[in-house]
Amino acid sequence: MGAKVVTITSGKGGVGKTTTTANLGVALARMGKKVTMIDADIGLRNLDVVMGLENRIVYDLVDIVEGRCRLRQAMIKHKQFPELYLIPAAQTRDKTAVSPQDMVNLANQLREEGMDYILIDSPAGIERGFRNAVAPADEVLIVTNPEVSAVRDADRIVGLLEAENKGPGKLIINRIKMDMVRKGEMLSANDVTDILAIKVIGIVPEDESVIPASNSGIPVTLNEGSRAGLAFRNIARRLLGEDVPFMDLDENKGFFQRLSKLFGGA
Amino acid sequence: MNKDIVSIKGINDGLLITLSTTEEWQVITTELAARLDEQSGFFAGAKITVDLGERPVPKYELSSLRALLERRGLALLVVQSGSATTLESANALDLRAVALNQPLRNAEGEPSFDPDEDGTLGLMIRRTLRSGRRVHSRGHVVIVGDVNPGAEVVASGDIVVWGKLRGTVHAGAEGDESAVVCALDMSPSQLRIAAHIVTSPKDKRRQVRPEMACVRHNQIVVEAWEA
Ligand SMILES: Nc1ncnc2c1ncn2[C@@H]1O[C@H](COP(=O)(O)OP(=O)(O)O)[C@@H](O)[C@H]1O
Ligand SMILES: [Mg+2]
Repeated sequence: MGAKVVTITSGKGGVGKTTTTANLGVALARMGKKVTMIDADIGLRNLDVVMGLENRIVYDLVDIVEGRCRLRQAMIKHKQFPELYLIPAAQTRDKTAVSPQDMVNLANQLREEGMDYILIDSPAGIERGFRNAVAPADEVLIVTNPEVSAVRDADRIVGLLEAENKGPGKLIINRIKMDMVRKGEMLSANDVTDILAIKVIGIVPEDESVIPASNSGIPVTLNEGSRAGLAFRNIARRLLGEDVPFMDLDENKGFFQRLSKLFGGA
Repeated sequence: MNKDIVSIKGINDGLLITLSTTEEWQVITTELAARLDEQSGFFAGAKITVDLGERPVPKYELSSLRALLERRGLALLVVQSGSATTLESANALDLRAVALNQPLRNAEGEPSFDPDEDGTLGLMIRRTLRSGRRVHSRGHVVIVGDVNPGAEVVASGDIVVWGKLRGTVHAGAEGDESAVVCALDMSPSQLRIAAHIVTSPKDKRRQVRPEMACVRHNQIVVEAWEA
């Protein structure tokens, strides 16, 4: 019991799964939770890079599964948060080395280690390995961008999750640009949920500080001034069951406009 | 080897496996496994269609059948059945469900419905069809839920969507021009009846109301649904 397993997945690749996993891991650890992140995107490993832990890898997920090391040996402890761990993906090995049952067993072992959260960075849904990542999940977060093709693929994933009895999952809409939404050039959060009809757990704005943060191995959540960072912290609080209102993403809205809205004006 | 219990034959792009509708499930799966293992490796990678006839197959049985095939490197893609239970199981497992349209008859071969009503067997789906799903029926299709963009419904008869229709639908797919498509919210990415095709204009101010599409004077028209 105890630990909650949260799998972060998507239909399309490159929509922000790894970014989300890293930031939720850090945000939960900052709130005093014991967290292990598992990079289940075998072959496309990069959670370790985004976490700044690449040079500390000795053993990986496949080594645990195949019994070449003990679980603790493959858990890399974060520099800043002693209760935040990463189990890296194998870089090169055969993608079929891990089965869904292996992932369930691993999650159970981590539960015995006293974790509060186990976050699994999943491959995109059409790929092999998706079922592994989803097998032990108590909760599934689906990341999408506000683009027609990404939403279409996310819809497919909701269908697959329902088939695996893990559905429907909760949605994270990442990289939204309010100025484009306002001009009608980008899908709004409402447009997205109108199609997917599932619960939204977070809306993350496009933010210039995300990419440099990932490159330097310091997830953007640790940057107090970043709006994406705040959005990720809010998602972490919602995971904990807090009722956090969605932030106002309309940066351009001036003070007076906000006031007049408050007083019921235009 | 018992050909009455399991028959395997090659079709266009894979294998058609037909399973007895009367023999016990356990006996069938054992026979199937034995037959596949005999030819071990020969079928590997094949796309499988299973014909289950009228047998009602619950989801867990179908799921174990899929696993049996998967363990031998075979991908179960299509389930053909005349049983609503089996079709529902196939849908729930995200397999392509093809309804075999058997006329409704009781054991004596008499029509089991009111002979004054010329009903046709159809497929009833009580869930939203999401992107990538394809439903095919030789009869009618009723969907209680939405048909999302990227989903496709093909029916020889009518298509009724008790929800938002935004995917692709083809009614009267075998050429029946009298077929209709009904939806509570009609904005399909493409709608076909027999050989006619229309797409929805992208009009955000469109009034949402139940509508019916049918062929009149050689073209598809959409009007308020007042059945
Ligand atoms: N909110 C955001 N604002 C700006 N860039 C982002 C944001 N989210 C993700 N990115 C960038 O998008 C790219 C893909 O993200 P990543 O998390 O690696 O996707 P995935 O794991 O789904 O393949 C990365 O370069 C990442 O830094
Ligand atoms: Mg990734």
